[in-house]
Amino acid sequence: MKKPIYAITSLFTTPDEAIRAASEVSKAGYTKFDVHTPYPVHGMDGAMQVKISKVGYFAFFFGLTGALTAILLISWVTLSDYPLVIGGKPFWSWPAFVPVSFELTVLFAAVFSTVAMIIFYFKFPNNAHPLHDTPYMKRVSSDTFGITIEANDPQFDENKVKEFLKFLGGKEITTVYFDPEEFDYGQKLIDMRFLGVLAVVALSTATISYFTMNKLLYIEPFNWMMEQHKQKPQQPSNLFKDGIGMRPPVIGTVARGFIPYPFSGKPEEAGKYLINPLLPTKEIVERGKSKFLTFCSPCHGNFGRGDSRLQGQFPNPPTLNSDKVRNWPDGSIYHVITEGQNVMPSYAPQISREDRWAIIQYIRILQRAQNTKESDLK
Amino acid sequence: MATEVIDYRKEPSITIQHVTSADIDAAIEAPLNRFPSRRWWIAFGVALALLTTGLCTVALLLFQGIGLLGFNQPVAWAFDVTNFVFWVGIGHAGTLISAILFLMRQRWRNAIARFAEAMTIFAVICAGMFVTIAHLGRVWLAGYLFPYPNQHGLWVNFISPLVWDVFAVSTYFIVSFIFWYLGLLPDFGTLRDRTENKYKKIIYSVLSLGWRFSNRHWSHYERMYLILAGFATPLVLSVHTIVSFDFAVSVNPGWHATIFPPYFVAGAVFSGFAMVQNVLVVVRKMFKFEHIITMNHLENMNKIILLTGSMVGYAYAMEFFMAWYSGSQFERFVFLNRALGPYAWAYWTMVSCNVVFPQLFWLKRFRRNIFIMFIIGILVNVGMWFERYVIIVTTLSRDFLPSSWGHFSPTMYDFGILSLGFGLFFTFVLLFVRFLPSVAMAEMKTVLEGAQPSQH
Repeated sequence: MKKPIYAITSLFTTPDEAIRAASEVSKAGYTKFDVHTPYPVHGMDGAMQVKISKVGYFAFFFGLTGALTAILLISWVTLSDYPLVIGGKPFWSWPAFVPVSFELTVLFAAVFSTVAMIIFYFKFPNNAHPLHDTPYMKRVSSDTFGITIEANDPQFDENKVKEFLKFLGGKEITTVYFDPEEFDYGQKLIDMRFLGVLAVVALSTATISYFTMNKLLYIEPFNWMMEQHKQKPQQPSNLFKDGIGMRPPVIGTVARGFIPYPFSGKPEEAGKYLINPLLPTKEIVERGKSKFLTFCSPCHGNFGRGDSRLQGQFPNPPTLNSDKVRNWPDGSIYHVITEGQNVMPSYAPQISREDRWAIIQYIRILQRAQNTKESDLK
Repeated sequence: MATEVIDYRKEPSITIQHVTSADIDAAIEAPLNRFPSRRWWIAFGVALALLTTGLCTVALLLFQGIGLLGFNQPVAWAFDVTNFVFWVGIGHAGTLISAILFLMRQRWRNAIARFAEAMTIFAVICAGMFVTIAHLGRVWLAGYLFPYPNQHGLWVNFISPLVWDVFAVSTYFIVSFIFWYLGLLPDFGTLRDRTENKYKKIIYSVLSLGWRFSNRHWSHYERMYLILAGFATPLVLSVHTIVSFDFAVSVNPGWHATIFPPYFVAGAVFSGFAMVQNVLVVVRKMFKFEHIITMNHLENMNKIILLTGSMVGYAYAMEFFMAWYSGSQFERFVFLNRALGPYAWAYWTMVSCNVVFPQLFWLKRFRRNIFIMFIIGILVNVGMWFERYVIIVTTLSRDFLPSSWGHFSPTMYDFGILSLGFGLFFTFVLLFVRFLPSVAMAEMKTVLEGAQPSQH
């Protein structure tokens, strides 16, 4: 089978010859031809009548995209998504956006236009071109200049082209053919190499994913500090002999704001030294009344007569209007509320110190109300 | 030689002796084909040793925390940021040679551009190592540096120079890499066509993407290269400016100065060129490229070193003047402290290495003397490292409030990460010269004599 022709190639030794030949080829009307040089030769574009490259427009477009992306992203972040409140400084501090915007402009322009050029203009990667691995390519990549006229040019005629190139001074005029194997190379799905690569990629992806998600993420520091070697509540601890992690507070610990009661167990000193700091004003007495009704009345009765529901039990809650209590100094009553007495428990946890004095003021009023003298009516 | 008549109508030759394209191919491909020499192995061994030390230090830092380094309050930045800025600075020379000299049509840059760009990329990788590994306590959360949508509902703080750094250094790395790779495409094509080795052929074919040397492709390629050079130029200026903003945007005395951006950029070019010059002096000797990377190239680089060194010296003087002129007692103190305080030894090293020694390059015989220029290059690197150290540590150790002053001493782990930087960089450089063409073959061919048609 006749091998399909790709092009006729010729070599030239000096740049001047190459330029002259290229310009003649172009003027003769050939369009599908190319010049191969080991380095860019000045003036060759003009000789070939090649138009100025448009990659610059791509660069401009992508650069603009980069600039807009940066400015829009940063503006959105600083104005809407997460504005940082820094002492009234403006949210849209655009001078600070300049460095990042500039960098992204350059990055987008450089990366995308180069990639676009390689993919769309050059159509690379392409290692299957008919010219690869020909003696022509070996010369042209080193130190010689070459002109090829392709077979799909409308004016192509094998003999005419060979004559023409010889006339222009070309040396080693050869015909380059398509490789028939590459020509009808189709994409096969059941290609061994493809399946092999697929299997390797699948296996390695699976293995790496498994080891990352199931093993690596449990090792420090990749486990994000999930394992913390600290004492957690209600967990045992081997620092202590009894193995218990929860320890009681040290003996003598007091609560915050706690003031110890100085007359603990000493009712006479309490009576002697404690003085009611509160005056029997309307608010104090009202407060005392409400506290009395809450805490004291269940046992001592609503009017302090000792006639509550508990009456009849032994021992009976005493009346607060007795002579004994009326003659007690306020401090003694305070002591009883604070420490308790006989069966009465301490009410210190329930009634604050001020409230206790308020209650005492109310008790005094109750006592006076139920033991009135003639002089009170005046 | 004195009677030689110079024809000023012709551009002077870039190479020494007549070099053809085929010579270029042969000369530059040769090191890639032969087994590396013993000297390469010795150098590689040293670089690997440094790198291993660095990696072990990093492993310890990962497991035990960065408290192993000498950080304290107030000196919370020391070797890590010094090294970061140092390596980013070194990278800038590469882009300057590739992009800026290209835009200025300085054809002599073609011989050194490839190597310089490669060094840029390696230097930026080293800088990235410092910022992500030796500096972050929770290295595995380095992804937090980038603004990605997340369940915390959080974003990075876009008005912080540290975030600008992330964008700047990442962009710089990516764009430099693309620029470098684009330059390598034709060279991979050439190597693909010249190699006899079956495996290398596959590798080069893949890497070259099928480059065919078609002029229709060259026209797009050249335009893209120009555009990338045009982008890379403001990029390189912006990157070190943004790095300088890490300091300048703060309010610390000695840092809060508007001179920082140009001062840092000039300093970066200065130190970068010194490093490039040093490595090139070695490479051209080892691979016998003296006819391609000629004494003229080295002399031009030394001139740039002189220029930027003088700019840095001027900046030092200006800082002092502004500190005095400002009347701020804090600013004045910081500068007196630098010169006379506990870090004065570092300061005077810096001044002598950066300002005094490069001035020797005014004399042609020093500019063209290999041994002298190599020594001065090393001194410049040392001086520039100390410059960053002085800037960071003196201001942090003694700023506004004397009760907050503190001293910094490096621990052995600090030196460990220092060796990480140098180890990684030189490992990369040695691997590069072993496996990739260290001179841009296609670019070099464009500037040979007789390479371009006579009308141009």
